Order: sequence, then structure tokens, then C-alpha cells
Amino acid sequence: MFELENAKTTQGLRRIAIDPVSRVEGHGKVTLLLDEQNRVHQARLHIVEFRGFEVFIKGRPYWEVPVTVQRLCGICPVSHHLAACKAMDVIVGAKQLTPTAEKIRRLMHYGQIVQSNSVHFYHLASPDLLLGFDSDVTQRNIVGVAVKYPDIAKQGILLRKYGQEVIRHTAGKKVHGTGAIPGGVNKALTAAERDELKKNLPQLIEWAQGGVELVQHLFEANPSFYNSFGLFESNMMGMVREDGALDFYHGDLRVKDAKGKPIIDRFNYETYAQVLREEVKPWSYMKFPYIAELGPEKGWYKVGPLARLQTCDFLSTPLAESARKTMLAIGNGQPVHSTLGYHWARIIEVLHGLELIQSLLDDPDLLGKDLVVKGERQEEGVGVIEAPRGVLIHHYKVNEDDQVTMCNLIVSTTNNNQAMNTAVRSVATQHLDRRVISEGLLNHIECAIRAYDPCLSCATHALGKMPLQVELLDAEGKCLSLLRRDSTGNLHTSE
Amino acid sequence: MNSENTFIIDGTPIPFEPDQTVLQAALKADVFIPHLCYYPGLRPNGNCKLCTVIINGRHASACTAFARPGIEVENNTPELNDKRRLLLQMLFVEGNHFCPGCEKSGNCQLQALAYELEMMTPHFNHFFPSRKLDTSHPDVFLDMNRCINCCLCVQASCEVDKKNIFAISGRGMAARIVVNTPSGKLGDSNFALSDKAASVCPVGAILPKRGSFSVPIGQRIYDDLPISSQTEFLATRKA
Repeated sequence: MFELENAKTTQGLRRIAIDPVSRVEGHGKVTLLLDEQNRVHQARLHIVEFRGFEVFIKGRPYWEVPVTVQRLCGICPVSHHLAACKAMDVIVGAKQLTPTAEKIRRLMHYGQIVQSNSVHFYHLASPDLLLGFDSDVTQRNIVGVAVKYPDIAKQGILLRKYGQEVIRHTAGKKVHGTGAIPGGVNKALTAAERDELKKNLPQLIEWAQGGVELVQHLFEANPSFYNSFGLFESNMMGMVREDGALDFYHGDLRVKDAKGKPIIDRFNYETYAQVLREEVKPWSYMKFPYIAELGPEKGWYKVGPLARLQTCDFLSTPLAESARKTMLAIGNGQPVHSTLGYHWARIIEVLHGLELIQSLLDDPDLLGKDLVVKGERQEEGVGVIEAPRGVLIHHYKVNEDDQVTMCNLIVSTTNNNQAMNTAVRSVATQHLDRRVISEGLLNHIECAIRAYDPCLSCATHALGKMPLQVELLDAEGKCLSLLRRDSTGNLHTSE
Repeated sequence: MNSENTFIIDGTPIPFEPDQTVLQAALKADVFIPHLCYYPGLRPNGNCKLCTVIINGRHASACTAFARPGIEVENNTPELNDKRRLLLQMLFVEGNHFCPGCEKSGNCQLQALAYELEMMTPHFNHFFPSRKLDTSHPDVFLDMNRCINCCLCVQASCEVDKKNIFAISGRGMAARIVVNTPSGKLGDSNFALSDKAASVCPVGAILPKRGSFSVPIGQRIYDDLPISSQTEFLATRKA
């Protein structure tokens, strides 16, 4: 049980709900229980929507899965598309993709990182950062930013557009394309497409550097606020390649503790089921993952930009690595746990993504013709990728008739569930406790959630175990009987 | 142009050859008449009614009505297209047509016609029928969620493949395509990927296994040109 997760009693407490949480993907709400002195007794981030992908994908042919499951999300469908396809590579026995296939997929994914992180930083988060957490709510949006800071808004929009163009050239469409297929890809780049993507890239890199400097300036201008807002320490998880560099597309998973020491230096993501567990709580449709050997109280962790920039040893591109070192310097040798540090890390990743794209576009393999490999058919596959929001796990079993029989998804936002709840409680304690609640103060809560760029629609997969309650009421509204399914799936009735 | 071997569609003279239907002559003359259940080389059966036109004031299926000298055919009119759109909407709600995840998307005649006839909504309540996949065959799978009962597979299997693997079972609303084996499974038949019946399905009900999404977006049949501009392709497909 975590502090402020459950009030000792709800009697005499009043409830404040932020419903819906705005400027995030999907639908969620925050509830706060406060007493007469406005002391916070309970704070929760609830995920209120419900999806059923893990169930309705069952029975479908495996080759359909990468295209179908990407419909989980309209912001980072490429991540689901590729994670599912990596799992299906295992199913079709494709142990090593062709150079063209792997590089086209990487290009697609880097485009995804650039566009999704840009959307979040410029469209969703910059209104808070540039206009103020408690600024006029009618102006606190991307239009308000465009009015006051037109150049920054324009750069954000064009950075996002570029990421989408990369996706269009590699997947066929800006949103929900079909580029990756089990064992490879269905197209390479043409020389004309490559040249189009090369155009303006130096300008975009310059803008991304400007974004990094902008966040750095915000931290330097108000260090006490930026460093402490929603502060809490936690474990961190991210993907690293063999030499320890961050790899968005493929590698081992590494878990570090709050002090930056490795808990698990690296593990093959195919063994995730032995390393991770998921806890179900009755008040949310989103599960709570944790490191099995540490248990739910100590084993929870955060993922995403801030976590992966600190679980890796270095970034493989010079400008981004330099920016990473500058960011880490504020920790004075200790890991950076500032909630708002997520924004800094996220914009560094935009820069990293653009640098990766720039070097990839010079690679002749992108224009190759060898697109697909197959091997010995397998019955089970796991695919993991670093989605814009963090580690994304897809796991499938397929029968001999090619139908999916099992699907388990642990998406990035689910991995951040406990971290987001802890951030909400931290901000509630720091900024709301014993104060008169205003819209601006409530927006502080939303700012803590937004820092994680949660995709709540992706993250709701508690199907089969979700707690449900059915009440039979008489005409006066009196409960005659009640059927309740608890979080373990057991049914309870009471008259 | 000799009036003895021409007829009129929407004011345009259309030449025809003996024994040609209105639809065949129209397609050859680059005039598009919406259709789903007609396939060149297979006997026209007038199932889908999408090709309904008005011939000399009377409704008729263009795929089964023979071209005759001097007849006047109304085809591309708002009234007929409204009715065709209605038929499409009924087909969409009667099955489970989820284009976003369907591998036939971009190559699907039903989808292409929905775009062509500007079907903006399903209009009717979805039936959401429960239909299982048949994945028992090693090379081909059946997804009857997408079947529109056009019967092209029944005809191709009977007339071209000479195997009679598909049949219609039930009547009226309950009529469905079935596999003609004791188990009802395609895997228990002598169906082959090379059979004509494996390639005539206008939707995604009969599909080869493991080849899906291999054609990139932009290179699929209906990506570049609308179906109404692809009369030559529609007229020359070989049964």
C-alpha cells in the first residue's frame, strides 16, 4: 500500500475530480479526497476507458496482428506495429532480418520518436511550460503558444510533420500504415523518397537543438521549482544495445535503482514474464507492473525518456549525447528524478532521433531489394521496443493453423502507472495540501501526469480480471442484491 | 457507328457484340457500372443487384440483361446511386467489415465501391454476426465475416475448377456460403491455392495465407485510381 493511495476513512472527506485529464492521449481522471482543512488524504489517477485488444485479437491470423493492434493508438501506432511485427518475426522464424528490412523499420521508428515526442513537447506540454502552470486557462494551449511564441509553435508543428513524412515513406501512410510484415518490410525507400527526407534535415536538427536549449533555460531560470516539482525517486528501466548505448528498436532491457545502480544489468526481453509481474487494483483499468523479485512495493519503476537516458551508458549521436550530459549534470552525480525532467529528456530524444535519421539516410541499404526472410515456424513470440513513452511489450502465441491463441500487451504507460500515481501524490502534497483549490493548482496535477506523456487508451488492458459490480435496485433505489467480481476474477454475491 | 449494334447509356452510344450483356458492353466501352458479383468468364448471376440500371424505363440487372439495339439505359443517376449506396450499407452492416485491419483493404471491390458511391456512414445498425474463421487449409483461409454471398467462389469452383467445393446453405437471411465437405472445413477438401475459386472473391473472405500486406500502400489495385476508372481491369480479369 502506498502513501495517499487509500484514505484511512472516507467519512467527512470531500472529493475533487479532474475529469477528464486534458492534453493527454485517451481518457483518465484524477480523484482527490480532502478534509475540511484541505489536507489531502487520497490521490489517484484512474484510467476509466476500456479496450479489449488482448481478447478480440484471439483467433485472428498472425499476419494481421501488426496492422490491427496498431489501432490501439493514433499517436504512436508505429510502436505497436513494430513491437507486434518483432514478435511475429519470431513466429515465422526470421532470426535475422535483411539489412534493408531492419534499417527501414528503424527509420520508421525514429520518425515515430520524432513526431510523437514533438507532439507531446510542443502541442501538449509547452503551453504549461511557456505560459505558466496557472496561466489563463483559455490561452493555455498550442494556439496560445502560437500567439505568444509563433516561431516555437511553428517549429514544433514542422518537426512533427517531418516525423510523419518519414513514417509515410516507410509505412505507406502517416498514421496506421502497413510497412512492416512478419519477417521484414513490404517496401524499401526510393532514391527520390530518400532525397526528399534529406532536404531540410539540418534545419530541423537546429530547431531540435533550440528546443533542448529552451528546456535547459527553463530549468536554469527556476531550478528550485523545476527540480522539485513532483519529485520522487524510483527504479528505472530502458533498452540498451550491446555496447550500452540507448537503442530505440532492439536490445536488452536494463533496470537501475533510484541511485543509478543496476538491479538487472541486462536481460533478454523474451524472458520478461519471469522478470515482471502485474498487479491489478480495483479502482483502475490499468495494471501496475513491478520487478518480480522486488515485489510490488519496491519493484515498481519508471520508463520513457527520463528513464532510458539514464539506464543507457550513452547516446550514439554527438549532439544528443552532449545534451544528455548537460541534463544529467543537474543531478550532481546522482540520477535526475525531476518529473519535469521528462520534458528535457524527451526533446533530447527528438534531437537524437533526427541525428539517427540523418546518418541512416546515407546508408545504401535503405534502397535495397531484399526485403523479407522466413525460417522455421515457431509457436510463441515476444517483441519489445522503446516506444516514445517507454518500454512496450507484445507477446503472442499462435497455433498450427496460424491463429493467435494468446496475446499479452504491457504498454509504456502501464509501465509508468505507479510512477504517475506517485507523481500525482507528490504534487498533491507539495502544491495542494492545506491550500484553497483553484483551477491553476489542479492543473499542477495534470502537469505531473502530462510529463509522462501517457497514452491512456493504449494502457487499458485489464480485461478478464477487471473488477466489476452489478447492483439490482428497487424502485426507490434501494440495493436488493449485489454481484461483485474482484480483481482476481472471483465472484461474490450479497443480498 | 451503326445503330444496329449500339445502345445508349446515359445519352452515350455504346457498341456491343452479339450475346454481350449491358455490363460487358459498358465495361468494354469504358463506361463504369457498379457491380460486385460479376466476373469475366463466369456466368452472370444477378446476385448483388449493385449493377441495377433502368432499361427503357424498367429496372434490370446490367450483368444479366443482354444488350440490344437501340435500348436506352439509365446508369449514373442520383436515384440509382442512392439505391446502390443503400445496398452497400446493408452489405456492410450484415457482415463484419473492419477495413482498418483487413488485409484486402486497397484491393477490395466492396471498399472501392463504398468510396466510389460516397458511402459516408453504415446508416443501419450493425448486425455484428458471430462467424468463425476456417484456417484448417494449409494455404488458404476463410473469413466469412467478410463474405457478401456473391457466389463467385461457388461458380468458379463449379464451372472452372470442376470441384464443387463451395455451396449455398440456408435460405433468405440465413443463406450462407459453406464448404462442401462432411466436416464443413476447407482443410478436408481438395481445394488448392491455384484454384480459380481462390482468386475471385471481391472481398477478403477467401485469402491466401501468409502473403498479406506484402503489397505496400500506394501500389494496391484501388490506391491510385477509383474503381470507376478501372473498367479495363474489371473487364479483362480472366476466369
